[in-house]
Amino acid sequence: MRPAFSVLFLTTLIGAGQGLLIALVTGQWYFVIGTGAAHETGKFYGIGAAVSVALLAAGLVASIFHLANPQRGWRAATRWRTSWLSREVIVLPAVMGLAFLYGVTHWFDFNPVLYTFGNQKSLDLTMSVGFLAAGAAGLLFICTGMIYACVKFIREWGSFWTVINYTLMGLSSGFVLAAAYTGASGSPLFGLLAGLGLILTGLGLATKLFHLWRNTRLKPKSTMKSAIGIHHQQIRQVTQGFLGSSFNTTEFVAPGGADAVRALNLAGLLAGFVLPILLLALGWSHGEPPLLWIAVAIQYVGLLAERWAFFAGGNHVQNLYYQRMA
Amino acid sequence: MSDKQLALVIDLNVCVGCHACVTSCKEWNTSGWAGPLTDLSPYGGDPKGVFFNRVQTFECGTFPNTETVHFPKSCLHCEEPPCVPVCPTGASYKRESDGIVLVDYDKCIGCKYCSWSCPYGAREFDEVQGVMKKCTLCVDRIYDTSIPEDRRKPACVLACPPSARIFGDIKDPESEASKAIRENAGFQLMPEWGTQPANHYLPRRKTAMRLHEDELVRADNPLKLEAELPKPAFSSPTVDEMSSW
Repeated sequence: MRPAFSVLFLTTLIGAGQGLLIALVTGQWYFVIGTGAAHETGKFYGIGAAVSVALLAAGLVASIFHLANPQRGWRAATRWRTSWLSREVIVLPAVMGLAFLYGVTHWFDFNPVLYTFGNQKSLDLTMSVGFLAAGAAGLLFICTGMIYACVKFIREWGSFWTVINYTLMGLSSGFVLAAAYTGASGSPLFGLLAGLGLILTGLGLATKLFHLWRNTRLKPKSTMKSAIGIHHQQIRQVTQGFLGSSFNTTEFVAPGGADAVRALNLAGLLAGFVLPILLLALGWSHGEPPLLWIAVAIQYVGLLAERWAFFAGGNHVQNLYYQRMA
Repeated sequence: MSDKQLALVIDLNVCVGCHACVTSCKEWNTSGWAGPLTDLSPYGGDPKGVFFNRVQTFECGTFPNTETVHFPKSCLHCEEPPCVPVCPTGASYKRESDGIVLVDYDKCIGCKYCSWSCPYGAREFDEVQGVMKKCTLCVDRIYDTSIPEDRRKPACVLACPPSARIFGDIKDPESEASKAIRENAGFQLMPEWGTQPANHYLPRRKTAMRLHEDELVRADNPLKLEAELPKPAFSSPTVDEMSSW
């Protein structure tokens, strides 16, 4: 498949935004259930939520460039009963709204206690909004992942590992960003988020490797025989019917071919997972927060490469019909 | 599902690969009120354009035992169209009344998701108008009462010189299309995906002549036809017990 840069930016930006939001909520929850008196200021969560909203908004803007008729984009929210794309279109603004609320309630310290449990722990407003926002962000991971996982005609994508991978990569990039943020602001959450970032990036690397391995062992479900219904062992296309190009010969092929996919897969694995793990571990153990910002930048480029290779590596069934010009 | 499903039945045994259906389809559908099927640099080095219908050619078998198959391909108007539920706007839909799968160009946002969900590559994106396009079974022609009734068929069907294309309702067991499928082993493309394509194809059929030795040499010599019939012997059995002939 031909990767669309608008979609690459959309998936990487909103993934990081959702991951950051979940990391902030995880940090707040860690304080709530903990026994210590440590806590973070409302400004800390407010700035974090603002960065998250900015990332989500940037992703939304990038996605608009994918549409040929964006002025009718609002219609994309209408078929949520059947289309994962439509569900994403609904859940993305919902996450943005909840992230905004999360930031605003924190910033202005508007935090009434909603419920007090038997053990004297209490659920306050910001924590509730945080849970809702994190839940919506998790739902958005599933929606975006399922857009690709439900395309059964691209066997490389049509697997629930697509969703798991995408979710883990978003979480990983968000937690690495949150670790850099807490490191820079000297937050007591630094250790927790850096540790979780390491775990999530490691898990992401493992599932990504498994997905790549799985994709090397795919057996095609359709053959030339079933494509044209002729019961011959040897079927060769003489011509696809035209000498120029068409949508079918441009949209469904990887620019650069299999070599480019291999190279970018490797680059994605290195820059998206291995280097961030090393930089995160180094920055955490040596107390060097600037290393974490380098990790964030390298991982973002790496995840862009990973997404490119993911899209380009998908081989669509329709390519059976488009093999030779003449 | 409705009890009417319009479809094409394409006889691969008859198709000669002349591309008359391709040009006729393009001509009709680029001239309609739905707007042109746009071409990019049609006279340039790498022309690119939107077509609803393509004729492809395949060679089957190994030399010298090969046969050439010309294979017209357009939207199959699946009964379980995978392209329809994925559309986020509802622009892609299947008509209840006659089973035609259509795109509402005024609702399409050009996200191309439906084309990913079609295993047949039947949808082509119009880069100029920014909407997805596909075969409409000439929906603006088959119901047009200003056209004589026998001409209310898709442009490709009317154009086909050897009549390799049959148009009709495959849910009506008495239609020409249904009979053709039933009597000539009509089949669907890629049945493994469960899309239930409405368009069917009729298989290649080798028409070989089988000659027997006694068919080459006539047992009754035609030169003797005018001669008198042999007279049976007087004692041979007779029909009426009175005469011998």
